[in-house]
Amino acid sequence: MLHTLNPCQEQNGGFCFENSRRNAVLESSLSEGTNKAPSARKTGTTIAGMVCKDGVVLGADTRATDDMVVADKNCMKIHYIAPKIYCCGAGVAADAEMATQIMASNVELHMLNTGRPPLVAMVTRQLKQMLFRYQGHMGSSVIVGGVDVTGAHLYSVYPHGSYDKLPFLTMGSGAAAAVSVFEDRFKPNMELEEAKKLVRDAIAAGIFCDLGSGSNVDLCVITDVGVQFLRGYDKPTAKGQREGQYRYKPGTTAVLTKTETPLSLDVVDECVQLMDTE
Amino acid sequence: MKAGVFFSCLKDSVPVAGLCPQGAYGVQDSLRSGFTSIKNELLPSHPLELSEKNFRLNQDKMNFSTLRNIQGLHAPLKLQMEYRAARQIQRLPFLPSSNLALDTLRGSDESIGFEDILCDPTQSEVIGEPHTMVEYKLGLL
Repeated sequence: MLHTLNPCQEQNGGFCFENSRRNAVLESSLSEGTNKAPSARKTGTTIAGMVCKDGVVLGADTRATDDMVVADKNCMKIHYIAPKIYCCGAGVAADAEMATQIMASNVELHMLNTGRPPLVAMVTRQLKQMLFRYQGHMGSSVIVGGVDVTGAHLYSVYPHGSYDKLPFLTMGSGAAAAVSVFEDRFKPNMELEEAKKLVRDAIAAGIFCDLGSGSNVDLCVITDVGVQFLRGYDKPTAKGQREGQYRYKPGTTAVLTKTETPLSLDVVDECVQLMDTE
Repeated sequence: MKAGVFFSCLKDSVPVAGLCPQGAYGVQDSLRSGFTSIKNELLPSHPLELSEKNFRLNQDKMNFSTLRNIQGLHAPLKLQMEYRAARQIQRLPFLPSSNLALDTLRGSDESIGFEDILCDPTQSEVIGEPHTMVEYKLGLL
């Protein structure tokens, strides 16, 4: 990893772009041939969140795809950031994971420094500044939701660094399917159980109508009292039990007559053939 | 004492090796710097390379100019003086230095970013050539 240009300069931490030219050449030569360059695993997701009367309900599906193959049937897309702030990540799985882990560490340091619990707006600001710095190359879209001293808030941050603050939000490849459910049935200040059902329905719409989402529904309910992480809250794609059988029981058909004809067989010829078993 | 002295340390481009090669007799030193081509050195290989290289400089420049507009010239000058003093507390160039005072002044001891996780210079498997690096730092190379 020596800098070919100036071996006397000190190395800094952070991203090293030394191999990007070589990678560009490799990718262009691979795209002409039969092999394909490996692509980053995306989560191909449906994530949703809404603000209800007591707090915030976040929901996500659990499928991670690798192009057209399901890479993980039960991955966790709701990440911890602070005791009462959680975020769902969509887009490239590794980028979302790293971004949320860095956010969690920064929030913890900030909390130790200021001595106060963090605000959701602070998490959103740090996240959007980091994503803007990398100009969209860090492909993770995130929904941040939580409860802080000012109340319950819900933000969504896009990979290039823009953000939205809304009462309900969906992101990922199944966002259109999920947001249609929200647009139909959302009301401000809903009760908690109703809100959980609504988010579950929105994610289920994404699971059934989008190829990139599937498996189970995870929910995360954040209120003033605390956080309830409901992993596997609903499994809409579980195989049902067979209710009955189409086989007929023996004895269903009545026997009317029975005729027995013995066939007498004579031995005509007998020959032995040895097998080659050496 | 002009503000222009801050801008002179801003590096807007990747340094070109062909203009003043560091080998003996001014010839390109293939052993140390490898095969070079002018295109590789002039054009950045990744869209983020330049912006990441100059990120801290750009941020400081922006902060100092804001501070100058609000509080007057003395504020960035005093801060720059402290930075320069803290930057001198270092080991020899090929040894890892903790940069504790500099980190505290910058505020980077209270945050974690990719520069702390990836490519940590204290954990690199190679060490710079001691003589060359000291000569470079002293300006003898």
